[in-house]
Amino acid sequence: MTETERLALASLLYQLADDDFLYAYRGSEWLGLAPHIEEDVASSSIAQDSMGHAAMYYQLLEEIGEGKADALAHVRLAHERKNSVLVERVNGPGYYMENPEYDWAYAVVRNYCYTLAKKVRIDSLKKSSYTPLAALAVKVNMELYYHLLHWQTWFTQLYQSTETARQKMDAALERVLADFGDLFDYGEASELIDEMRLIEGQGILLDRWYQALTPVLVDLNVTLPEMKMTYNGRNGEHSPDLNDALSTLGEVYLLDQSAVW
Amino acid sequence: MYDATHLFEPPVMTEEEKMERFKERIENGEKIEADDWMPDFYRDTLIKLISMHGISEIMGALPEKEWVPKAPSLRRKLGIMAKVQDEMGHGQLLLRVVEDLMKPYGKTRADLMDDLFTGRLKFHNVFHMPTRSWADAGTIGWLVDGAAIITQTNMLGASYGPYARALQRICAEEVFHAQHGESIIMALAEGTPEQKAMIQESLDEWWESLLMFFGPASKETTGTSKQDVTIAYKIRTKTNEELRQNFFTKYVPRIRSLGLIIPDPTLRFDEETGQWIYAQPDWTEFKKIIQGGCPRSKERLALRQTSYQNNAWVREALAETIG
Repeated sequence: MTETERLALASLLYQLADDDFLYAYRGSEWLGLAPHIEEDVASSSIAQDSMGHAAMYYQLLEEIGEGKADALAHVRLAHERKNSVLVERVNGPGYYMENPEYDWAYAVVRNYCYTLAKKVRIDSLKKSSYTPLAALAVKVNMELYYHLLHWQTWFTQLYQSTETARQKMDAALERVLADFGDLFDYGEASELIDEMRLIEGQGILLDRWYQALTPVLVDLNVTLPEMKMTYNGRNGEHSPDLNDALSTLGEVYLLDQSAVW
Repeated sequence: MYDATHLFEPPVMTEEEKMERFKERIENGEKIEADDWMPDFYRDTLIKLISMHGISEIMGALPEKEWVPKAPSLRRKLGIMAKVQDEMGHGQLLLRVVEDLMKPYGKTRADLMDDLFTGRLKFHNVFHMPTRSWADAGTIGWLVDGAAIITQTNMLGASYGPYARALQRICAEEVFHAQHGESIIMALAEGTPEQKAMIQESLDEWWESLLMFFGPASKETTGTSKQDVTIAYKIRTKTNEELRQNFFTKYVPRIRSLGLIIPDPTLRFDEETGQWIYAQPDWTEFKKIIQGGCPRSKERLALRQTSYQNNAWVREALAETIG
């Protein structure tokens, strides 16, 4: 592998790692606040799995010489992060320890749309030319089946319930799609990522995502709002929400980076 | 023709006979099950005990949750996420046990949540405490869960079958939690001077609460204690004081071996009586704490209450879909 190729691989791995790292964090903020205790148990399990996936991607980055996995997760600044903007967005106004006014409809829609996208990517990564990544995808896929089932159940049930729920879900879908534009983007390294056959092209995956989502939406009589891109997270462009998230995530680690915790 | 149906009908028993039979079963070490007859005071004691245990698991996840995102490595993040998820699971398991017990009274989980918000349903003193540093997350796992293992194994043989079975699983998981906490503390104990100072401060802060965790030695201390009834009906075997003594025996040497100083200069083992001598925690403070007198109690309760209200539309929506 040439240095340019190694950098393209690293770029893709950062996208995958940072996505799940932030997604798991947003999920963990919900603990104790979910609509019922059974859901607290289920969604905190999903958050935990997702943090596990992030850890595996950071480990692959460590193995290709990017530095220690823990440092990659905790030290990199917002402009160095390659996660999609969707996963960095706050769950709602308020801090997770004080007055969190979190919106369950937004959680359900974000988690469902993201998990479906993750499933599409993982299916493609199973055929990645980079075999350690293909092997990792097989492992992630096993847990992903349950995550997708879980969020799809919530998504359809809430849409099929009260008028209030439907309105909240529509508003959430609008917000999620407004940030969705960078999800399948591979950023600046996209040509090389494609050439190296690390994952299939953006257009192909986006199309598969639409194909999987359409029958669900048709059944629920929901029209998909327009997909937009506010920032391209893959190129290190982010909302202010990310900075706040990173200071919380790194608070203890950054007290002393050389210490053993 | 001879009508034999009456042979298969249970004999009609008077209340006194039922009570006698109930006591016999308890004496014989039989398990009482959810649908079995039981006297009201036994049912009420169980409801109070198990709902407090269940809600403590749920409220207990909140102080640790404060440190979930901040856990200082990927491995620690995964460990603490697994732990808080387990605690929620314990809460759910226990609330299911309480729901069955409350059924004859026509009460549901929603009533329990109301009781929690109005302060009728108390939760463990330790979960009212603020968590100030990462070392507190370690202390909770190592010593609070360590204390919980001691009180809960005391009830593994509980006469009420559903509770005893739930405790089997809970205790097995608590052992992992204590190991998780111990591992956090060990890393800090072997670390930099700042890390070591962090655990000493944490121990200083938590020591009294840990002693209070086992409850007062007798009802003379705080005015109420259910321990006599729970022992008589074989829900538990040891008194609060016996459990506290077990905690000292198990943990005092371990804490000292890490070079930590227990913030009680009077603490010593008395060879003659075979008892630990220690400074009593402030039991007036204990009463205040469990009545929600800590600032963090109000904030954590508010967290649950706000989310309960914010999510009212979800419960209504679910009622519509799944009935």
